[in-house]
Amino acid sequence: MKNEVAIIGVGMHPWGKWGKHFTEYGVAAARMALQDAGVPWKDIRFVSGGATIRCGYPGYVAGATFAQALGWQGAEVNTSYAACASGSQALAAARNKILSGACEVALVIGADTTPKGFLAPAGGYRPEDPDWVRFYLGITNPTYFALYARRRMDLYGDTLDDFAAIKVKNAKAGSKNPFSRYKKCFTSEEVAGSAVVADPLRLMDICATSDGAAALIVCSLEYAKKIGKSDAPRVVAISTTTPVFASGIVEMPDIATDSAAAQGIEHQSFRENLPKKAYEEAGIEPKDVDFAEVYDLSTALELDWMEDLGLASRGEAASLLRAGETSIGGKIPINASGGLASFGEAVPAQALAQICELATQLRGQAGERQIENPKVGITANQGLFGHGSTVIVAT
Amino acid sequence: MPEKLVSPALDGWHTIGDDPQLLGSQCEECLTYFFPKHERECKNPNCSSTKFLEIPLSREGRIWSYTNACYQPPAPYIAGDPFEPFAIAAVELEIEKLIILGQVAKGIDVDSLAVGMHVDMIIEPLHETEDEIKMIWKWRPKKI
Ligand SMILES: [Zn+2]
Repeated sequence: MKNEVAIIGVGMHPWGKWGKHFTEYGVAAARMALQDAGVPWKDIRFVSGGATIRCGYPGYVAGATFAQALGWQGAEVNTSYAACASGSQALAAARNKILSGACEVALVIGADTTPKGFLAPAGGYRPEDPDWVRFYLGITNPTYFALYARRRMDLYGDTLDDFAAIKVKNAKAGSKNPFSRYKKCFTSEEVAGSAVVADPLRLMDICATSDGAAALIVCSLEYAKKIGKSDAPRVVAISTTTPVFASGIVEMPDIATDSAAAQGIEHQSFRENLPKKAYEEAGIEPKDVDFAEVYDLSTALELDWMEDLGLASRGEAASLLRAGETSIGGKIPINASGGLASFGEAVPAQALAQICELATQLRGQAGERQIENPKVGITANQGLFGHGSTVIVAT
Repeated sequence: MPEKLVSPALDGWHTIGDDPQLLGSQCEECLTYFFPKHERECKNPNCSSTKFLEIPLSREGRIWSYTNACYQPPAPYIAGDPFEPFAIAAVELEIEKLIILGQVAKGIDVDSLAVGMHVDMIIEPLHETEDEIKMIWKWRPKKI
């Protein structure tokens, strides 16, 4: 109990390509979360923002930018940047503030506006920058996702039909989510018919980038009780651990892994290590988890994450998928929100959007995509250089 | 027209002679390898060495995984005209215990690759400038 904070409000701005200022999305999500919590803006004493690096200076100081946009009222602010894990780090900062007793109720918020077209690195000849080097060699983001997917096919017998089934499953769930960008229920034929981008992955196996915003109102358990919300979902664990040397999986944007040649050093998997701290902190095991929101940058990556989180044995995730157990109504629904397949990635908002879905499901307010009576949900995401995070929320 | 000069696309990362090699570094204390060359603080958390040797890496390894680029990648990639799709492999070097990405030799399609396959490192053109041919390392399945 001692590490827990309550989620008393959630809010989102629909994902899309709206082309507006990111602050506008953030304010809409924040106002929705405040209204959901029934907490006046002036009572918020800490604003913790996920930074965006694509929207100029206001994005670097996102916490202050949102606080100003909502109307300066003297709250303290924080801004966290950890690529796709930014939202979880911002939440961790708010949790620390609350648990230390320095504040009772906080706003955690992330929003992004993505540029049109490819995200290319700066120009020139810059071999000291790994991101520049890999693009120079023709290695794009889908290259990495495709390497992981192909390995699953060759080692575990996963098939293109399995990957298509994930897109179909997530699109169906996303079609019932008012905040998702894509509402169409794709068929496996449509996925199979989309162009191969990086073998074995097709265009529809890979997620897009989007504009969007998500916000949470979090508070101490005492405060939740005081305002009559003692049954609100609780954040019971946050893990933002770094990888452990030697990382044995080629990660974007690197051209090589660590070497495990030194005495006493073994290759490690960052994604597999990340949830260990979260399970320990929550005092639960993977078998206690009812549902998960995982980072499906590609369809196949959803299967990797299921195994990394311990929700399936290594190599067995696809058999759960085939049996329908990862759909809404199955034993362990994965990405009931629709996932990145239905949202597209809005970097500083994405980890928070995952937590919004957990809280909404745990409150039984997910409407047509509601999971039956869930008690414990987990999120997982990853950014560059191992800035991943996983968060556990429970009723 | 004078013949174009042949030079490495990434200076100091690899040689371009008859027996081309990737140039890495190795920590003098804990023997961890690095590619590309790394000569600052050792990344092994059990080691605080700052001394490194430049060292050529093994010229062969086994495919960890593979894919291809069906569409022209964005700059700074420099495409030929017309763009020709190419395969990409992540290759595990046994002695160095690390995995290195690279293009696969020209004309070799993903259909002829497999996880675990033995490959050699070779040098092929990456792109040409007005007066130079820029060479890069590529992986090529071993003829058995
Ligand atoms: Zn060392």
